[in-house]
Amino acid sequence: MRSILALPGFAALALSLVGCAGGLSDDEARQRAERVFRESFSHGNRQMAAKVEQQDEVQALCTRYRNEPPKDVADGIERSQGAVIRYPASGKLLGDWRQGEKIAQDGYGLRFTDPDTKRPNGGGCYNCHRIAPAEISYGTVGPSLYRFGALRGTGEATQRYVYAKIYDSQAFLACSHMPRFGHNGVLSEAQITHLVALLLDPGSPVNK
Amino acid sequence: MAFHRVLAAVLAAGLPCVCLAQQDTQKEVERYRELLAEGNPADLFEARGEELWKAPRGPKQVSLERCDLGLGAGVVKGAYAQLPRWFPDTDRVQDLESRLLTCMVGLQGFRPEDAAKNPFSAPGRPSDLEALASFVAGQSRGMTLAAPLRHPKEIEAFQIGEQLFYRRAGPHDFACVSCHGENGKRIRLQELPRLTDPAEARRIFTSWPAYRVSQGSVRTMQHRLFDCYWQMRHPQLDYASEASIALEVFMAKYANGGEIRAPGLKR
Repeated sequence: MRSILALPGFAALALSLVGCAGGLSDDEARQRAERVFRESFSHGNRQMAAKVEQQDEVQALCTRYRNEPPKDVADGIERSQGAVIRYPASGKLLGDWRQGEKIAQDGYGLRFTDPDTKRPNGGGCYNCHRIAPAEISYGTVGPSLYRFGALRGTGEATQRYVYAKIYDSQAFLACSHMPRFGHNGVLSEAQITHLVALLLDPGSPVNK
Repeated sequence: MAFHRVLAAVLAAGLPCVCLAQQDTQKEVERYRELLAEGNPADLFEARGEELWKAPRGPKQVSLERCDLGLGAGVVKGAYAQLPRWFPDTDRVQDLESRLLTCMVGLQGFRPEDAAKNPFSAPGRPSDLEALASFVAGQSRGMTLAAPLRHPKEIEAFQIGEQLFYRRAGPHDFACVSCHGENGKRIRLQELPRLTDPAEARRIFTSWPAYRVSQGSVRTMQHRLFDCYWQMRHPQLDYASEASIALEVFMAKYANGGEIRAPGLKR
C-alpha cells in the first residue's frame, strides 16, 4: 500500500481508498471524533461547550448524512421542523423594513466575545445573501433576495412562507445550510417580522 | 468587518455603477490583492522568527536549532512541506505549532502553559509563535506540500478531521462545510475555498501562515481554525488541540501537491 500511495499518479485513487484502507470504521471514526471534539474546547466557556457537544437530532442527522439525507430522513426532518414554527400572537407578519435592514446587516451575537446580553442578536443576512441593492458587500452562499417581493408577491401566503423560512429553514429543505433563526432562539419573533418586511414591503429598497 | 466597509467603499468609488456584476467585484478584489502583494509585512515576522530560532532562550538557555520538525534534529529547510505528521517521540500527529511547543518544552525547558501562553498577538503584545511559524514556513517556500498520511495515526487523524469537517452544532447549526463545501461562494466579499477541491485546497492551505491586513499581524493556521470556530458560535478552540490538528490533516490530504507560498498575504 505504501509504495502505491507514494506514486503521484495514484493520488486520486488513494484519496478514494482512505475510507477503507485501514484505520477506523465509519462508526469508530464518528465516536473518536466526538471524543476529540469534547477534549478540544476545554479552556472556553463550559456552558457554551456543553451546548455544542450535545447535537440536537437534526444536527446529528445532517452531520451523519453530510447534508444529503435520504428521502425518508429528509421528509422526517422537514415534518418535525415544520411543527416547531411559532407565529406571532398578534398575527401581524409584516414588521418594519428599516429595522429589518439593520438586523440583516448586523452579525452581532452568540460568539464567545459577545458578552452583552442586552444587545439583540443580528441576523447577518448579508453575509450570505444579496438583499437591498445599495449594499454591494454581500455574500453568495445563499440565493439573491433582491426584488423578492416584486417577483414573488407580497400576500399573506408569501408572508407566512418567508416568516417560516427564516424561523426554521429546514421545514422546507432538510439540512439547509441556513441557520434556524427562530427555532434556535437567535432572532425573536418580532425581529423576524422586520426581516419579512425587508423582503416583502413594497416600500423596501429590495422591491423598488 | 470595518475592513469590509473600507473595501466596499473603495470598490464603489472606483466603479461607475453600484449594481456591478459579481465577476467585476471579484476582479477588483484580485487587483487589490496584487497591489498589496508587492511588499509583504510577513517578511519582518520571518526575520524575527529566525532570530528567535537561533537565540538561547527558556530556563535551559538553549536555542531551537536542534529542534526536530520531522526531517531530523536541526533540519528546517523543507520541514513545513511535510507537516502535519506523526512523530515517534510523542507518538502523536503534530502540526508546526504543536511541534514548536514540543521543542520549547523539551529543549528549552519552558513549562507547557508558558510555551503556549501567547499564541496570537495583540497590539503591543507580539507573539513569538507567530514569528517562529513564519520563519519555519518560509523555509519551505517554493516546495511541494507532501504531508505523509501513511502512518496509521495519520490516517486516523484524517478520518477524525473528516468527521469534524461535517459536524454541525451550535445556535447557527454551522459546520466547516457550511462555508467550505461549494466552489465560487463568498461571505460578504470574502471568497471561500471549497476545501475538498484539490485545486482550491492547494492554493489556500499552502498560503498559511499569512499576514492579515485586517489584523495587522501574521496569523497562523491554528488562528484560522480558532477564528472559524468563533464565527461558528463555538467556544474557544484549544491551541494545538487534537481537533485542530485532525482538521489540518484533513485539509492537507487535498492540498498535497500544492506549492508552499507561505507566509501569504490576506485580507
